[in-house]
Amino acid sequence: MKIRTLGRHIREGVKNLGRNGWMTFASISAVMITLLILGVFLILALNVNYMAQTIEKQVEIRVFLDVLADKTAVTQVEGQIKAIPNVSSVQFIDKQQGLKQFKESLGEKAYLFDGLEEENPLPDSFVVKTAKPEDTPAVAKQIKAFNHVENVNYGEGTVEQLFATTRMVRNIGIVFIVALGFTAMFLIANTIKLTIVARRREIEIMKLVGATNWFIRWPFFVEGLLMGVLGAVIPIAILLAGYYYLLDSVQNNYITASLFKLLPLFPLANQVALLLILIGAFIGIWGSLVSVRRFLRV
Amino acid sequence: MTGKPFLFDDNFRVKQILHDNCSWDVNLLIEMFDVWKTYPNGTNALKGINIRIEKGEFVYVVGPSGAGKSTFIKLMYREEKPTKGQIFLGGFNVSRIKERQIPIVRRSIGVVFQDFKLLPTLTVFENVAFAMEVIEAPTKLIKPRVMDVLGLVKLKHKAKMLPGELSGGEQQRVALARALVNNPGIIIADEPTGNLDPETSWEIMKLFEEINQRGTTVVMATHNREIVNTIRKRVIAIEGGQIVRDEQRGDYGYED
Repeated sequence: MKIRTLGRHIREGVKNLGRNGWMTFASISAVMITLLILGVFLILALNVNYMAQTIEKQVEIRVFLDVLADKTAVTQVEGQIKAIPNVSSVQFIDKQQGLKQFKESLGEKAYLFDGLEEENPLPDSFVVKTAKPEDTPAVAKQIKAFNHVENVNYGEGTVEQLFATTRMVRNIGIVFIVALGFTAMFLIANTIKLTIVARRREIEIMKLVGATNWFIRWPFFVEGLLMGVLGAVIPIAILLAGYYYLLDSVQNNYITASLFKLLPLFPLANQVALLLILIGAFIGIWGSLVSVRRFLRV
Repeated sequence: MTGKPFLFDDNFRVKQILHDNCSWDVNLLIEMFDVWKTYPNGTNALKGINIRIEKGEFVYVVGPSGAGKSTFIKLMYREEKPTKGQIFLGGFNVSRIKERQIPIVRRSIGVVFQDFKLLPTLTVFENVAFAMEVIEAPTKLIKPRVMDVLGLVKLKHKAKMLPGELSGGEQQRVALARALVNNPGIIIADEPTGNLDPETSWEIMKLFEEINQRGTTVVMATHNREIVNTIRKRVIAIEGGQIVRDEQRGDYGYED
C-alpha cells in the first residue's frame, strides 16, 4: 500500500466518523459504558489482588531446632534450607533474639519472664520465606524432615485457607473481566454492524469499481480504532478521578487506612489507561472488521 | 474499429501500466464457451452460451424478463461465477480467476446500472474521483481526468452538486462518467435507460454511441425496443437461458 493511500484511508475513516454521526455516537457510548464497568472491575480486582499479596507476603515459616543443635548443626540446617529451590530468604534467630522478640510481643507484661535470660528455654530458630507464598506448606514439610529440626510452624490450616480464599477472589475477578470483555466486544460489533448495514451500498459500489477488499476494510479499520480509543478516554478519566478521591478519603481516615491497603495512583493509572485503550482499540477494530466481512462478498 | 480508445491520454495510460493499477489489455475481446449457470435454488439461468464479441463492438442483449440477460451480464464482470464453461475477457479467464483477482478484472470494465448506484453523500466530482482513488491513481492526475470525463458527459458545471440534486438523466451521466474515468476497454450496461424518460434515454444513448465510436466495446442489456430498432447494432437475444438469435444490425424482435 502506498503512503498516500494510507493517508486517504485515515482521512476517510475520520470523515466517516462525522458522516455517520449518530451511529458513531452510539458505538462510542457502547464502548464507553462497557469499558467503564470493565475498568471498575479491573481496579477492584487489582486492589483485591494487591491486598491478598500483602497478606500472603506476611506468611513465613518458623523453624525451631532441638536443644541438641550446636553451631555446626545450625549451619548445616541453614545450608539445607537454603538448598530448597523455592526458598527466598533464611534468617537465623538465636535463643536470645528469640526471647527478646517474645518479650517484645508481650509488651507491658514482659516483666513476667524477666530472668529467663539466665537459662533460656527457647530453642534456636530460623525464619524462612518462600519466593511464592503458595509454596509455604510444601517447603515447611520438607524442612520438618531435616535433622535437628524440632518443629515447624507456619500457621498450618489458616494459611491454606487464606490461599484458597485469595485464589478464589482472583479467579472470580478474572472470570468477570473476561466475561465483560466479551460482552463489550459483541455489543460494539453489533452497533458497528448497524453503521455498516447503512453503508452496504457504498461497499457494493467500491467493489464494482474494482476496489480490493483491503482497500475497503482500511477506512473501517481506522474508524473502529478511533471509536475504540475515543470510547476509552472518558472512562479512563472518570475512573482515575474517582480512584484519586477514593484514595484520598481512605487515607485520611485512620480506620479505613489501616483496613484497606490500596494501590497507589501511580503506576496503577498508567496501567489501567494503557489497558483500557488497548482493549478499546482491539474491540473497535475487531467489531468493525467482523461487521464489514459480511458485505465483502459482493 | 481503429483509432484510440475513448479519451485516450498517453501519459495517463503509461502511468497506469507502470503502477500496475489497471490491467490494460489491447486484446479486449469477450468470449464465452459453453457457459452454464445454475443457481443454488435449481434455476437454470443459462444453458450453454457460446459468444464472441470483438473489440470495439456495440452489442444489445435483449430478451424477456427472467430469460437470463442479467445473469449473462453479471458473468462478465464476475458478479456471478459460471457453473460450467469458460469466459475470457480482456485476457483474463474470468471463470477461473481467484477471489482476490476480481478487482483487477473489474478495473478494465466500466459498469453502468439502471439505478445509477451513485453515493448520495458524495458530490458529482467525488463520485467520479472515487473510482480513481480506488485503483490508487496518482492524486495529481485525478482532478484533470475527472473534469475531462465530466466534460464529455456535459456535467462539468454541476461537479459540486450532490446526486440528489440532479435529474435521472444527469445521474446516469455521472454514473457513465464514473464507468469511463479509468479508461476501461469495455463498458457493460444493465438497462441504463430503464429508469429514464424517452428523451433523456436518447441523450444517454448518444453518449454510449460516442464512447463506442472512440473504440470502447459496449455490451448493453435493454428492454427499449425503439432504441434498438433506431440505433442499429448487433443484437443478441436470450430466451430460456439460450441465445436464440444473434444478428449484426438486428432489430428488437419483441412486441412488448
